[in-house]
Amino acid sequence: MEKRVVFRSAWLPYALLAPQIAVTIVFFFWPAAQAVWFSFQVQDAFGLRTEFVGLRNFAELFADERYLQSFGTTAIFSIAVAFFGLAISLALATMADRVIRGALAYKTLLIWPYAVAPAVAGVLWAFLFAPSIGIVTYVLKRAGIDWNWIINGEQAMLLIIIASVWKQISYNFLFFLAGLQSIPRSLIEAAAIDGAGPLRRFWTIVFPMLSPTTFFLLVVNIVYAFFDTFGVIDATTQGGPAQATQILVYKVYHDGVKAADLGGSSAQSVILMFIVIVLTVAQFRFVERRVQY
Amino acid sequence: MKLGFAAALAAAAVVSFPAQAQTEIQFWHSMGGALGEAVNDLAGKFNASQKEYKVVPVFKGTYPVSMTAAIAAFRAGNAPHVLQVFEVGTATMMAAKGAVVPVTKLMADAKEPFEPKAYLPTVAGYYTDTKGNMLSFPFNSSTVMFYVNKDAFKKAGLDPNKAPKTWQEVLSAAEKLKASGQQCTYTTSWPSWMHIENFSAWHDVPIGTKQNGMAGTDTQFTINSPLHVRHVGMLADMSKKGLFTYAGRTNQGDAKFSSGECAMFSGSAGAQAGIKKAAKFDWSINFIPYHDDVKGAPQNSIIGGASLWVMGGKKPAEYRGVAKFFAFLSRPEVQMDWHVATGYVPITLASYELTRKSGFYDKNPGADMPVKQLTNKAPTINSKGLRFGNFVQGRELIEEELEAAFAGRKDAKTAMDDAVKRGNDVLRKFEAANK
Repeated sequence: MEKRVVFRSAWLPYALLAPQIAVTIVFFFWPAAQAVWFSFQVQDAFGLRTEFVGLRNFAELFADERYLQSFGTTAIFSIAVAFFGLAISLALATMADRVIRGALAYKTLLIWPYAVAPAVAGVLWAFLFAPSIGIVTYVLKRAGIDWNWIINGEQAMLLIIIASVWKQISYNFLFFLAGLQSIPRSLIEAAAIDGAGPLRRFWTIVFPMLSPTTFFLLVVNIVYAFFDTFGVIDATTQGGPAQATQILVYKVYHDGVKAADLGGSSAQSVILMFIVIVLTVAQFRFVERRVQY
Repeated sequence: MKLGFAAALAAAAVVSFPAQAQTEIQFWHSMGGALGEAVNDLAGKFNASQKEYKVVPVFKGTYPVSMTAAIAAFRAGNAPHVLQVFEVGTATMMAAKGAVVPVTKLMADAKEPFEPKAYLPTVAGYYTDTKGNMLSFPFNSSTVMFYVNKDAFKKAGLDPNKAPKTWQEVLSAAEKLKASGQQCTYTTSWPSWMHIENFSAWHDVPIGTKQNGMAGTDTQFTINSPLHVRHVGMLADMSKKGLFTYAGRTNQGDAKFSSGECAMFSGSAGAQAGIKKAAKFDWSINFIPYHDDVKGAPQNSIIGGASLWVMGGKKPAEYRGVAKFFAFLSRPEVQMDWHVATGYVPITLASYELTRKSGFYDKNPGADMPVKQLTNKAPTINSKGLRFGNFVQGRELIEEELEAAFAGRKDAKTAMDDAVKRGNDVLRKFEAANK
């Protein structure tokens, strides 16, 4: 017996899909097409004068060493956020998985930060680490460390990495915990009987079994570091000092909105779009091959 | 049937009458907190003074945010009537011909009295084009001042009533303060505004060619002159020795002074209100320091703050209302109230006189220092103000290079050369987009 639903109508499936397609077109394809179109133009802030300049915006971008620097900044930031975000949450999930008493309380507390908006997370950390009034700054000063991320680029970078990782740990934790709980106990017990220690069990059984989750989280975290950390940066360093924390997406916003350079900003978002496409394809083609499902 | 139609028409007329009676004027501003209340107060007084027009002030966020919002609104065809734009956005607004209505034209069309000469020259000059037309309406102006913590001076064995006048004196005071255990001796808010823009005017040296950009968009920055490099180098050196604490690009320095953390501080005249409220020590407000070996220094300082721009594409009746509102704002007594309530400088000579006669300055010593500093000498082409396209961006990259110098990552000369090079790129881009 045929159990599948079959649409006999020619238009009904399209009609059912229409709202979703409309949303996609209005909020994704249209703005993206507009960005591509703007990237070939030079406009004044008010849109009173527009000039078609071909690829000049792109040529200017790649001649700008600060734009190239922003690539480096983005790479360092994204790798750090993805690596520490995954490593710390995996460690936490492994430990939470073993807890017997009060497990629910631990889990709830660990999931909490996910409910905090990125901008709020940024402000929280900015206050903790504020150069004059921050509590952490006070402790660091006691320890003889001169903490001032307003002027020190490395410290500013550290601050936004900490804030971004903290914000993302809950999400990663949740997925890792679910992944850990789906690993059959019998496998681990069998290994234990064979004399494998906890570390050995983790690396040879748990970690490979978790690889689909890890891969999924890797993609999500890279995308998170590329785009969703905007709120954290805007609330704390705003790309400074001296562009030390200006990642690509923040530069797009800065040049387009603050500096009113619509053409240059659009060219950057086109490049960013291209990078994300390449990254995603690469991740699925090369990294996924080594993942055991 | 015919009667019914007429009655309906009459009813409609009655119903729509209140809406037609008052023409609403949208006024977007960036005055938060106590300043916002002062703006509401102004609008309220204007609305009560007549019945035809109603000014509706709307707080739209910080200066860059409200400017961006207004630009987006203009592109979408629903800009406000009046927009408050900070001084660095002036060139961008001036270049937007067709998007804005010059104030002189607005006032002439509405036959409202308007006398640009009534304003302080440093204020009027900032908003006037090369042909002498005032393009926007001066609203809130301040300038940068030098504040001293007298208690900290006393503790360090310095004369609390003698604030440093020159940078040499600042330096030696900073060393003594440091020796007395003062953690932070000097800090600043608005680094570019203080240490590049006002610094240049105060020493009568240009920030850029073409009269600081006022005579044309084909201007270039000149802030890598030996004097600029020497000054930035001095600050970088102070920073290295722990005599200068960098506090960021906006007004974060204010809190460092009012909390007592820093003993000397340069910041907006508008910081007084906050210091008065928070400081648990005796302090003084002074002229900003200068290098005494520079000929002509000290000249006069330049303004910061914002002016009101009238956006294009509105109805004539609405423009009449805007003109009436501006005429109201020009009254000396209104100006005086605003000056006293906010701490911004009195921008017309008449309101300055009026405030003086009211005895306000006798009761609040130092409150007239900003206006005295602005009018210290008749402004030269170097100290009238500045007009650089996309200066929001320009100022930021200057600050980035300053940060690099203060952090010791670049020497002062390289930093200022880079600032000029990058700044000129921005200027060329603006020139190309606004041919």
